[in-house]
Amino acid sequence: MSTELLARLQFAFTITFHYLYPPLSIGLGVLLVTIEALWLKTNNPLFHQMARFWTKVFALTFAIGVATGIVMEFEFGTNWATYSRYVGDVFGSALAAEGIFAFFLESGFLALLLFGWDKIGPKTHFLATCMVALGAHFSAIWIIVANSWMQTPAGFHIVGEGLKASAEITDFWAMVFNPSSMDRLTHTVVGAWQAGAWLMVSIGAWYLLKRQHREFARASMKVGLALSLFASVLTLETGDYSAKGVARNQPAKFAALEGLWETTPNAPLHVVGWVDGKAEATHGLALPGLLSWLAHGDTAQPVTGLREIPRDERPPVNFTFQLFHLMVGIGFAMIGLALWASWALWQKTLENSRALLWLLVISVLGPQIANQAGWWVAEVGRQPWIVYKLLRTSQGLSAVVHANQIIASMVMFTLVYLLLFAAFIFLLNEKIRHGPDAADLTPTGKLALGFKDTKGGAA
Amino acid sequence: MNFGSLDLNTVWFALVGVLFTGYVILDGFDLGVGVLHLFAAKRDEDRRVFLNAIGPVWDGNEVWLVTGGGALFAAFPAVYATVFSGFYLAFMLLLCALIFRAVSIEFRSKHASLRWRRFWDRSFALGSFCSTLLIGVAMGNIAWGVPIDERGEFAGSFLGLLHPYALLMGVTTVALFAMHGAIYLVLKTEGELQAGVRARVNPLIIAFILSYVLLTLATLLYVPHVTEAFRREPWFFALVVPVVLAIANIPREVNRGREFYAFLSSCAAMAGLMAIFGIGNYPYLVFSHPLPEHSLTAFNAASSPKTLGIMLTIALIGLPVVLAYSVSIYWIFRGKVRLDKMSY
Ligand code: HDD
Ligand code: HEM
Ligand code: HEM
Repeated sequence: MSTELLARLQFAFTITFHYLYPPLSIGLGVLLVTIEALWLKTNNPLFHQMARFWTKVFALTFAIGVATGIVMEFEFGTNWATYSRYVGDVFGSALAAEGIFAFFLESGFLALLLFGWDKIGPKTHFLATCMVALGAHFSAIWIIVANSWMQTPAGFHIVGEGLKASAEITDFWAMVFNPSSMDRLTHTVVGAWQAGAWLMVSIGAWYLLKRQHREFARASMKVGLALSLFASVLTLETGDYSAKGVARNQPAKFAALEGLWETTPNAPLHVVGWVDGKAEATHGLALPGLLSWLAHGDTAQPVTGLREIPRDERPPVNFTFQLFHLMVGIGFAMIGLALWASWALWQKTLENSRALLWLLVISVLGPQIANQAGWWVAEVGRQPWIVYKLLRTSQGLSAVVHANQIIASMVMFTLVYLLLFAAFIFLLNEKIRHGPDAADLTPTGKLALGFKDTKGGAA
Repeated sequence: MNFGSLDLNTVWFALVGVLFTGYVILDGFDLGVGVLHLFAAKRDEDRRVFLNAIGPVWDGNEVWLVTGGGALFAAFPAVYATVFSGFYLAFMLLLCALIFRAVSIEFRSKHASLRWRRFWDRSFALGSFCSTLLIGVAMGNIAWGVPIDERGEFAGSFLGLLHPYALLMGVTTVALFAMHGAIYLVLKTEGELQAGVRARVNPLIIAFILSYVLLTLATLLYVPHVTEAFRREPWFFALVVPVVLAIANIPREVNRGREFYAFLSSCAAMAGLMAIFGIGNYPYLVFSHPLPEHSLTAFNAASSPKTLGIMLTIALIGLPVVLAYSVSIYWIFRGKVRLDKMSY
């Protein structure tokens, strides 16, 4: 295998693994804020118990997110040295901003969130929880800004020639608000909310199936489903914006998403299909005109097809097509499931419908798969460019890194990540089987004091 | 913001130095705790005390490394690219060690089985030890100089990084972090456990001083560009005096039971050591050995003045805030470790 392919595979593997965890932290962060707010408002100890249980799950996902994130921070330099020299002037500042504004905030207040229960009052604890959630969102902001700049570069000019060429910032805010950053940021964030929300729903459904911790499970289910419903609808909305943006800014990627070969008005949208790259044809079930309408809001508008793109600037088509359709399919499925479950909850039939509960138990996989598929679509669809239309992936490599070095590190990361993943699943499973702590129904330390001061004691 | 005629390159050389100094001082003690973990704490409860002593702060400490890396990428992309691709395998090992260390802290106490705990205890200790050693070896190579070709790429090999000077720097770093960690633990523990840790402080100080003296001799004898810097500006030697005083002050404060001052002394000593390291290397970020004309400096490896200015604005807004809440966190979690339900 070529060094280029290996470097890409390694990057893809490590970032895919990293991205299993941050969405959970981002989503659970929002949920923890909600739960603690409910607790402060209603003074119901059930919410205190929930906050403690979900905090422990949060701590677990967060720790692995941190451990795997550090790898990412240095991998630009290790695998993509030439790219790093090329973009450092523009790209580095977003990464540095992430450290200063996001990670410090997150890790500092995380200490209070995890270990501060008995040291600070409930309001301060709530503040800490808000800050951690905010920090998690900030990390998403800066890294997505950096990544979106690679997709749709803006606010820079190129200096130097040949080997010495590099991008330099001319306008910081144009770099931050590049044409795709806000669409992609909102879509990614709501996708992350789904990841956290469906995890909560899934564990709640499991307890209801097993008829354990039912109070706790019902309350978790309500909070989780509310966010699931909200986020799944927003995912569709923001995904639509992203798609329109791709149609505008990256026509090659857009054509690959839909397997469109011929530039044509009234372009068809494939619901399912298979792309035959050699014959340059896409077979499947297609609805005429819908693609033009989705891209431009008008069926008469033409959509650029792949034949108009030079061969050496086309991304892998079938791969992008299939993963895109997987994501969209899951997107609609999640909306449907959220509606169905909310309806059942409303009608008080949820707990009797074992089929629905089982579906909810496995629902946690949906957003995880969709998140990964979405990223693979975004990144593979950008190929062969590492920075769109500026630098090819094959040019961004580290000149001095050899294939066998990458293989060695790949083997190491594979083993380490398998071990981490096994330990994560094992501990999560233990946590779920252990369930919420009955003792947590009585707040202790300063938290309890806080309530005596205001409302005369909890529980 | 407009910074007029300020020499932004030198400012960023210093600021990257400040970030890595913050990292060494802060993560230094929790890595040191990891190095001591298997030796200084034998019982399960003692080990939990160790982990909880660093529990609330280790993640924040590590962010100094992450931010330092980001700042290096933004301010000196050529250095970031050359060093990380050049030291490829060494960095992969470092990342592996850091991963194990981080997750061990979280995982260890989450399951009651003896084998489970023993496994993560070892992985925590080994991860901390290897991280410390590798950081030291990397610094040793930076001080010694590494082969750079005319494209600005690393021209050496992995084994070439393991020469005696770099290894000596690695050992010195392990001794330094272990000493620093032991002092921190004296501060956070009590009773028998504290007595045990306290007894280790002096031997660790001696180990550190011995290896540091050796390292300094080796520097004076074999690393001409560093000695050159000191010969040019002899007043730099004045920096050595406070460092020596700070180190000498540590056993004195420990014996008087003023652990906090001992810890501050240790922090001051580390800051001084890093300052000497930085000034000795200025303006080189990566000294090219044997062909000094290929060296990467604060001037030929830097981003554009515009980016350095933007970054300085970011740092000026961000760093005070970061310092403010770091101090608050340390304040809230001051005092001896008490184990409770939410502890590791
Ligand atoms: C819960 C996860 C999830 C779900 C259900 C969906 N997506 Fe998505 N999608 C993502 C999670 C995601 C993501 C992981 O967040 C991506 C990767 C890169 C990005 O910006 O967001 C993404 C990328 C992404 C892109 C590519 C953006 C780019 O390349 O710049 C498009 C066009 C869409 N999505 C559109 C949709 C549509 C129309 C959906 C229909 C419901 C949908 N997504 C569901
Ligand atoms: C290649 C790209 C990425 C890099 C270089 C990167 C870097 C990092 C680093 C260094 C950390 C650890 C911070 C610490 O020590 O506290 C981290 C954690 C985190 N990252 Fe990433 N990351 C990347 C992709 C992403 C993406 C795409 C997202 C979200 C959309 C994200 C969200 C987070 C969050 C929320 C955390 C906190 C830990 C957690 O919640 O699990 N990261 N990342
Ligand atoms: C967190 C979710 C992400 C996932 C799952 C992901 C996935 C991928 C995949 C699959 C590739 C390989 C594409 C190919 O080889 O064809 C890739 C490449 C790459 N990605 Fe991402 N990515 C993510 C986020 C990011 C972010 C946030 C950045 C930058 C800030 C980034 C920067 C890169 C770079 C530099 C490459 C290498 C060049 C290339 O192959 O295009 N990625 N990513």
